[in-house]
Amino acid sequence: MKRMRLHRLAHARSGDKGDGSNVGLIAYDDRGYGILRSEVTAERVKTHFGDIVRGQVDRYEVPNLRALNFILHDSLGGGGSASLRTDAQGKTHGMALLLMEVDVPDDYTPPAGAEHA
Amino acid sequence: MIRIANGQGFWGDSIDAPVRLVKEGPLDYLTLDYLAEVTMSIMQKLKRRDPEGRSGYATDFVDLIRRILPDLLEKNVRVVANAGGVNPGACVKAVCAVARDAGARGLKVGMVLGDDILDRLDEILAEGVSLANMDDGRPLSEVRDRVLAANVYMSAFPIAGALDLGASIVVTGRGTDPGLVVGPLAHEFKWGRDDWNHLAAATVPGHIIECGAQCTGGNFSRWWEVPGWDHLGYPVVEAEPDGSFTITKHDDTGGLVTVDTVSEQLVYEMGNPASYITPDVVADFTSIRLEQAGKDRVAVTGVTGRPATDTCKVSISYLAGYSAVGQLTVSGPNALEKARVAASALWGRLKRAGLTFEETHTEFVGAGACHGRIGRGSAAPVEVVMRVGVKDADQKKVDRFGKEIAPLVTSGPPGITGFAGGRPRATEVIAFWPALIPKGLVRADVRVEEV
Repeated sequence: MKRMRLHRLAHARSGDKGDGSNVGLIAYDDRGYGILRSEVTAERVKTHFGDIVRGQVDRYEVPNLRALNFILHDSLGGGGSASLRTDAQGKTHGMALLLMEVDVPDDYTPPAGAEHA
Repeated sequence: MIRIANGQGFWGDSIDAPVRLVKEGPLDYLTLDYLAEVTMSIMQKLKRRDPEGRSGYATDFVDLIRRILPDLLEKNVRVVANAGGVNPGACVKAVCAVARDAGARGLKVGMVLGDDILDRLDEILAEGVSLANMDDGRPLSEVRDRVLAANVYMSAFPIAGALDLGASIVVTGRGTDPGLVVGPLAHEFKWGRDDWNHLAAATVPGHIIECGAQCTGGNFSRWWEVPGWDHLGYPVVEAEPDGSFTITKHDDTGGLVTVDTVSEQLVYEMGNPASYITPDVVADFTSIRLEQAGKDRVAVTGVTGRPATDTCKVSISYLAGYSAVGQLTVSGPNALEKARVAASALWGRLKRAGLTFEETHTEFVGAGACHGRIGRGSAAPVEVVMRVGVKDADQKKVDRFGKEIAPLVTSGPPGITGFAGGRPRATEVIAFWPALIPKGLVRADVRVEEV
């Protein structure tokens, strides 16, 4: 096994859902999707975000897009204009998830290009 | 085949993008999305303050029509925009005046009314509809006296109805964002209200293009691959009657359309992927098939849908107190430590002055304001922005907070600068109350005026 940040094997986008946010995490290939499914659990995402996410994390699978969709409840400090945070809409939560490190089999090489994403 | 573009993802998006779309390539419909949730309450406030009742809509839209009307007429491009805000009538009046000045005699401008239920709230509550908060079940009575705006997310069929009546420009208030695409396609392809798979299929490209350039390279994780940032193309949907679509953009524009850029926009603001609920259909986003069908062309097929629910979502906004946010830049050795000292001095001074607040916030931009401790590493920043804010029901207390920031420049740790723009003042906090309303209580009204 080797450790790798998620941006090497996946891309992401996030936005607000009321007082929470969602992060869509999309693998670049089928093997990468398998790794995401086993490594990026709702529990680990909750731990990764620490104080940013006060509520629970739900995970949905979107296999046709090789994607996982995470709902981060109570993650915006009030949401919209009620939030005092710089990121009141969770726009940066996707980038934050891409910084998470996961275990990847030694023989898996993700597509080139995203080393310095 | 019908070509539909989106030239505006929100009020504040590029003012040139829609102009370029009608000039740079073929198009049948131009859609424009001006309404975020917060926009409705701002517009409601403007409308209330204007004794002549001419405010409360997206005024940018009227300026835009002035710029593009000759092209619209020459190329026979129709426009569908939710620019009406909380006063579609005034918006249509202004658009008609512009069209008259331009000599566009006979032009038909349609409007969709009925989303604004602010004046009907008590009547609706009296019917036994609680308008309870969808997130936590609280009854609306808790905030009833502070409600600023209440708007139903309307069906796309009234838009189709206005187009059926010959409108070349359709102005709406609150509707769903994908409805700006579903409406024209239901009109063109004569889809019925129970044509679930077609309605779901049209909802998908509607969702893909609703945020403008976010599907053509904007906000794309692989940013280093995006060409032509200074002239990003905005999205164009090529729609076929069978419910298959291609997402593309005009030739010779920047950006890119790939399975990856489209996938990212599909997951944007996604909830349960199997149930994307609109007033017209429940679309299943796990049924979508994407395929690269050429350079900057992505084919969307296979979408399925289920019957619509018997309710519509209502977006209610209410006044939730006041807030102010201010910032200072702290530089030099141990910048973060000094910023922490400055922040604690600020809160200590306010406390000594007898001021406490319902909520306070301190963050250090450059040292975890967005990402907390994620990925921060051990390198010490040589400059950070201290950003502080408060929220409280008492406007005077919030204004008093705004006077405590600047003194830190001369009475705090060294290396502090960046106090620009004067003292922050209290601004209204607008909070949202999502609720459901039975469709039987929603009354759509479609009108068409001739110039």
